[in-house]
Amino acid sequence: MTNIVLPSTAITGPPTGYRPANFTDAVRAEWTKIRTVRSTLWTLLVAVVLAVGLGALISALAANGYAQGRGNIRTSWDPTGVSMSGLTFAQLAIAVLAIIFITSEYSSRAIGTSLTAVPRRSRFLAAKAVVIGGICLVFTEILSFVAFFVGQALISGHAPTANLSQPNVLRAMIGGGLYAVLLGLISLSLGAMLRNAAGAIAVIVALLFVLPVVAAALPSSIEHTVEEWWPTQAGGQVTNVIRGSHTLSPWEGFAVMCAFTAILLAGAFAAINRRDA
Amino acid sequence: MPEAAVRPSGGQKIEARHLTKRYGATVAVNDLSFDVNPGMVTGFIGPNGAGKTTTMRLILGLDRPTEGQVTIGGKRYSDLPAPMHEVGALLDAKAVHPSRSAYNHLLSLAQSNHIPTRRVHDVLGQVGLESVAGRKVGSFSLGMGQRLGIAAALLGDPPVLMFDEPVNGLDPEGIVWIRGFMRHLAGEGRTVFVSSHLMSEMALTADHLIVIGQGKVLRDEGVTEFVDSSSQRRVLVRSPKLAELSGALVAAGASVQPGTDDSIEVMGLDSRAIGDLAFAQGLPLHELATQGASLEDAFMEMTHDSVEYRGNEVAQ
Repeated sequence: MTNIVLPSTAITGPPTGYRPANFTDAVRAEWTKIRTVRSTLWTLLVAVVLAVGLGALISALAANGYAQGRGNIRTSWDPTGVSMSGLTFAQLAIAVLAIIFITSEYSSRAIGTSLTAVPRRSRFLAAKAVVIGGICLVFTEILSFVAFFVGQALISGHAPTANLSQPNVLRAMIGGGLYAVLLGLISLSLGAMLRNAAGAIAVIVALLFVLPVVAAALPSSIEHTVEEWWPTQAGGQVTNVIRGSHTLSPWEGFAVMCAFTAILLAGAFAAINRRDA
Repeated sequence: MPEAAVRPSGGQKIEARHLTKRYGATVAVNDLSFDVNPGMVTGFIGPNGAGKTTTMRLILGLDRPTEGQVTIGGKRYSDLPAPMHEVGALLDAKAVHPSRSAYNHLLSLAQSNHIPTRRVHDVLGQVGLESVAGRKVGSFSLGMGQRLGIAAALLGDPPVLMFDEPVNGLDPEGIVWIRGFMRHLAGEGRTVFVSSHLMSEMALTADHLIVIGQGKVLRDEGVTEFVDSSSQRRVLVRSPKLAELSGALVAAGASVQPGTDDSIEVMGLDSRAIGDLAFAQGLPLHELATQGASLEDAFMEMTHDSVEYRGNEVAQ
């Protein structure tokens, strides 16, 4: 075992001055926490592979299909959408990162230590929200642009390409990062409320992939309403260049998802403040 | 720029008033009132399940009391502007993300309370963990985990320190170290509140004892008073005239129990009083021996009725 050192630092002289801890301190601590665990690196790596790798693969295949004039691919050709199709799956990795960021506090029981250091629980959760929101924005924004340029490079020569000066393309790119911020906050909120990674991931998968498919089985009048207003579907419109039928406009849809996020965040703050740690 | 708070030169008092915590129908802590004073080690002792950890969680605001309140230097923990500068706590040594290194764990805690990074190095040295600072906490033994928890508690150099069962998992060397360490901290004028389920441990470390059982305070007194009042000194007396002697002792206010072969056990009078009495009555004594009941016995007797989980006695 390590050597035994008897403490020799007596409190002598004047007591050290210190200032009250503030929100910035809590954010700095949360940033240290997320960058010092291996799982962060892994989830982000998975996101890169899905967004850029899968995006490149789909771009190459679609461009090839276009060149051969397969099906009706030419009538609905959306080079931006094609190059960014890997992001749909990368979002899930980002959601998992946000969920683990809070649920690992509970599974490792570190929450007791964390809330002893930052007993103002709203400050604690808000600091996590700022850190995960920031990571989602910056990281997904970079992913979007990389996936876009890689995709366009692979499409080039086989099919028409997109560029940032075309209508809605830049908005769709920026929208990818904004959508990821909301998804990260939704995931964090679910993690805070359920305190269990498996449960929260199941809910996110249902939100993103299962319920929209279930909706498709509904009678068309209901189906269209669900397609329009389902929060993650509505929010996703901001990442599209071409507006589909039965969809809200990009910013209307984004506002719907913002409202949904706000409700879940409010629930998470209420839960963490009310419950015993 | 927020005004700088200055640490009070001495320790701070922990004051619990009518603390009650119920989980559904289970009462974990029942109407606890006590003070923990600076400049001494206060032992918080009771059998497992007596409510020690719950009480400490209530002090730190991790759990909310059903009734009553507890303050540190007159403030609730959650209202402290810089909690780690004011209270250091080790509650659960394994309450750390296992894949984070010891250094990064302490760094994030330091940052949350605006504690300079050099303090991380200081406390790692103080608990003897600097050589494993870069290792993942998940690979630590329980004893190393306890040291890391103590390091975290010391980060803000706080005047109040709370340790929940700090001796658990430490090797003998570590146990000696932490005893000396707690005495040292109290000697500096800090408030040191430490829980244990081992009376022998507390007898060596604490100045003052708060004994709880089934969520209630059973005793709240100095270690010396506790020893004097509870060690129920029995005196073994042997005499050829036991019957007469017993009568005289009972008349003098002692209680007498028959012992093995021609002896009695006397409680309520010490050996000097018994010897004088026998001499005055002209009764011969063949043996007069004080049987010092151990502190552990006293503690067991006191908490016997309040032990929540007890193994059945082994049938002979």
